[in-house]
Amino acid sequence: MNETIGLILLIVGVSFDVIGCIGLVRLPDIYNRLQAATKCVTLGTCMILLSVLFYTGFNPIAIKALLCIWFVLMTSPTGAHAIARAAHRSGIRLWEKSVMDKYADDREGSEDKA
Amino acid sequence: MKRFVHFLLLLGIWLLLTWSLHWQEVLVGVVVALIADLLLGDIFPLNAVKILSPVRFFWFLVYTVTFFFYVIKANFDVAYRVLNINLPIKPGIVKVRTKLNTEMARTFLANSITLTPGTLSVDIVGDHIYVHWINISTDDPKQETEIIVERFEKLLERVFE
Repeated sequence: MNETIGLILLIVGVSFDVIGCIGLVRLPDIYNRLQAATKCVTLGTCMILLSVLFYTGFNPIAIKALLCIWFVLMTSPTGAHAIARAAHRSGIRLWEKSVMDKYADDREGSEDKA
Repeated sequence: MKRFVHFLLLLGIWLLLTWSLHWQEVLVGVVVALIADLLLGDIFPLNAVKILSPVRFFWFLVYTVTFFFYVIKANFDVAYRVLNINLPIKPGIVKVRTKLNTEMARTFLANSITLTPGTLSVDIVGDHIYVHWINISTDDPKQETEIIVERFEKLLERVFE
């Protein structure tokens, strides 16, 4: 029974990872790509790690997997945040069909004052 | 005191990772935790410990459940947008305001925003968070704040403030 749950979680997790990768290819600019990459890959990886817990039972490996879930959940959005900020600061534009960019507006305003 | 709590936390994580109480493992753990504590103890937020009170912990559990609900929703949202042949996106960066003051609460808020449907936090300046939104549905800053921030803000206020 536990093995079945583990396998199902593994399959769902890998499918979300694949969708995240398709998003990396299909979406237009770095910010949209980061969205797909962070969301899907975080949940996909967490599900794969959780499937380890169900598949092997409660033992040292499963505890490591649980700790890794916590680390992935804390670090992956922070990493995305850092990449997005760095990209914007180094002047990478949003996709040309983007609707608005308040961040660029505000930063240009502050540079004018300075 | 602050450094000691930090040290115990690090040692605990180490023991969980190695899962053995052999004296060699513990000794290495103590050394590593000491080094990490000396290097990074300054940035450890001590007020995070106050989450251990029962009421706050209850709200933290509520927050966790809400969070996972939105994370799963976000994944289906991304799947829908990516697999749709027309690529239904309308991206842009909007500016929302947060009422949270402590750094810990803001970190959690920014991370939550990143993992919830269609949004990615880019930067925090003062009280404002700049959020990249994949499908902008409104022009009004108030409504933006309502949609993006408020579903977590109230819970996080109860947990960390």
